[in-house]
Amino acid sequence: MAITGVMRPGHVMLNVLDIDESVKHYCEHMGLIETDRDDQGRVYLKCWDEHDWFSVVLQKNDSPGMDHMAFKVDNQASLLRFEENLKKFGCNVERIAAGELNHCGERVRFDSPTGHTFELYTEKEVYGNGLPTTNPAPWPEGLQGMQAVRFDHCLLYGDDLDGTVKLFVEALEFDVAEQVVDGELQIAAFLSCSHKAHDIAFIRNEEKNKIHHASFLLNTWENVLRAADIISMKDIPLDIGPTRHGLTRGQTIYFFDPSGNRNEVFCEDSYRYPDSPVLTWTPDHLGQAIFYHSRELNDRFLNVVT
Amino acid sequence: MNKFNIFINDSDETFECFEQEHLLKGMLRLGRKDIPVGCRNGGCGVCKVKIVSGQYQAGIMSRNHVSVEEQNEDIALACRVFPRSDITLNVLGKMKNEFVRTHVASQNTKS
Repeated sequence: MAITGVMRPGHVMLNVLDIDESVKHYCEHMGLIETDRDDQGRVYLKCWDEHDWFSVVLQKNDSPGMDHMAFKVDNQASLLRFEENLKKFGCNVERIAAGELNHCGERVRFDSPTGHTFELYTEKEVYGNGLPTTNPAPWPEGLQGMQAVRFDHCLLYGDDLDGTVKLFVEALEFDVAEQVVDGELQIAAFLSCSHKAHDIAFIRNEEKNKIHHASFLLNTWENVLRAADIISMKDIPLDIGPTRHGLTRGQTIYFFDPSGNRNEVFCEDSYRYPDSPVLTWTPDHLGQAIFYHSRELNDRFLNVVT
Repeated sequence: MNKFNIFINDSDETFECFEQEHLLKGMLRLGRKDIPVGCRNGGCGVCKVKIVSGQYQAGIMSRNHVSVEEQNEDIALACRVFPRSDITLNVLGKMKNEFVRTHVASQNTKS
């Protein structure tokens, strides 16, 4: 399957209360690699099996949360098409000059009905994944902590779910892969621009512009259990897990970064093709949809966001 | 290792808290299931309290949940407050209702 247009989540910029504590969490505990810092004090990180220069940017702020999430687009023609689509949709669209973020090309920034800021770009410098491109070993030596493989997706909370889902489907050509619906009302939408179960997800919520979690891929269930060991070993506040979601089938664990932003590490969720059916969950099965084993809805997991 | 008594006005309950642990951790010793434990890192705001009396040291907290004015009035997130003496506090935010309910229930039992 050719992945065209929007290819993948490229990076997330997270607001953090303390840079040093956050770098320790994301690098020593989760296994990301620091690849740069800029004159604004922002820290650039990547997971080991990503080739582009960064996939997470930490920015000091007096409140935690998400500054923006950016997607990498396959080429300039697609970028121009999406930019036109976004303007027609009614978004406020602006261009951010190349180099405003180190190693990143020009970005198209736009707002959304749920209040989140997103960006698209086509160019980011290559840092490499620590392995040669000819005859590579299966993994590089010297990885730390949970050894997160890649930045995978974000789950965001906001009020106008219908508007933002429409934006991603109509202007950016994402598909709804999985959803929770209560009668006619969509409660949650898991959207994909690729073969993945989700590249971004949204849940309906009164407040605009909230992030539920930023998620990182691990390769095996054993690695999820090892992440759980590290969470206890390093005194990281655990949210829930290890467990399995009904939605996306992901095997997962959730915890909080030093500013209260929620992180997920997970493995082995489902996949999709352009002709895959939309999967739907109903409110009477919401417990299973969220935590497949315990089936118990959890106030913290549902309501704590930054 | 110093240990202090923390009194919750809303529910007439007292718990013990060591000086190197945050109030929310001490509060969990009450064994109540309804204490909203969120991110435990000063970000989500569910454990908001007002320190009515006593000395404490507070760590960095989300401005979305504790403004400068509030901080000056000794309002803080329990997960970022470390006691330096016995403390009396009022519960704010999402915890408030549960603690008031406990108090009302205990008053009704007494009368």
